[in-house]
Amino acid sequence: MRAEQYQTEQRDLAGIPMRVESYKIGDRYYCHVANVDPGATLARTEGGTRAAAIDAALLKVANRLGGKSPG
Amino acid sequence: MRSYAHPETLVTTDWVSQHKSDPNVRVVEVDVDTKAYEEGHIPGAVGWNWQTELCDTVRRDVISKTNLEKLLGSSGITNNTTIILYGDNNNWFAAWALWQLKMYGHSDVRIMNGGRKKWLAEGRELTKDSPKYGEATYTVTGFNERYRAFLRQVEKAMNDRTFVLVDVRSNDEFTGKILAPPGLPETCQRGGHIPGAKNIPWAQACNDDGTFKSADDLDALYTSKGVTPDKNVVAYCRIGERSSHTWYVLNYLLGYPTVSNYDGSWTEWGNLVGAEIER
Repeated sequence: MRAEQYQTEQRDLAGIPMRVESYKIGDRYYCHVANVDPGATLARTEGGTRAAAIDAALLKVANRLGGKSPG
Repeated sequence: MRSYAHPETLVTTDWVSQHKSDPNVRVVEVDVDTKAYEEGHIPGAVGWNWQTELCDTVRRDVISKTNLEKLLGSSGITNNTTIILYGDNNNWFAAWALWQLKMYGHSDVRIMNGGRKKWLAEGRELTKDSPKYGEATYTVTGFNERYRAFLRQVEKAMNDRTFVLVDVRSNDEFTGKILAPPGLPETCQRGGHIPGAKNIPWAQACNDDGTFKSADDLDALYTSKGVTPDKNVVAYCRIGERSSHTWYVLNYLLGYPTVSNYDGSWTEWGNLVGAEIER
């Protein structure tokens, strides 16, 4: 198997620059969110679609940052 | 154009693709996020957990000689094995593992340039299977203390012009605006930096694809801030892992003769009663 449809983008979540990586391995989509500096992981999730994996990750990040709304 | 001082310590994803099954090569994944390995990893790669396997889990220290021998032996690694390290986030914790292996004197350990990110982005082969290797015998034969700096040495270095301290944390941590990167626990009582330290965040040594910048670019990055090869360089961060990445860059890519990693870092200095702090 291989990672497919690899994408990375930068987003501001609760005022903090984050790197959002997503890709498909097998039949699952994975999302990994880390702060841009220094790159510490805030969420790693999976889902049946890319959107589901990313949404789950963003929710986790929001909870971890003290309930601040990401975006 | 200048080349890296020790290019033999760096391999490409292509090289790993071709050599990952060589019996004398062992590929090891070390991630910041210890769950990444389970998602899928390079076929044949073993996974090491930095939180439980690359440190002393009782006292604060690097892995012990005995535990390193066990870890390497159980990974099928002998003293003659070529170890290829890679990981997520620009090889952050792969560098932490390399620093420890070099301290314990393993002769042939290399980093896969670009790490996990580049391997995934290139759509290279992955597996979820954990490999099983026969138990090997590994014997640590020495310890290179010069690669590590302790508190007393840093206190002396602070007032010694032959030394330069490099704080590789983010600017917000360096200036004391924050005590820890967003989302991570605040593990110090005070913010700021060791007086006189230069701030060069570790990830500035990398390109967007996770590979290391060219030797010319790295040279410009460090020398422009006064971090020059004629100095004794001490790198530090929060717990000593980001600085092991900078230690690798200065030692092996730029060939600085005297570089050490202060792994006590800010979680030690920022908790000391009476320690001098600059902001």
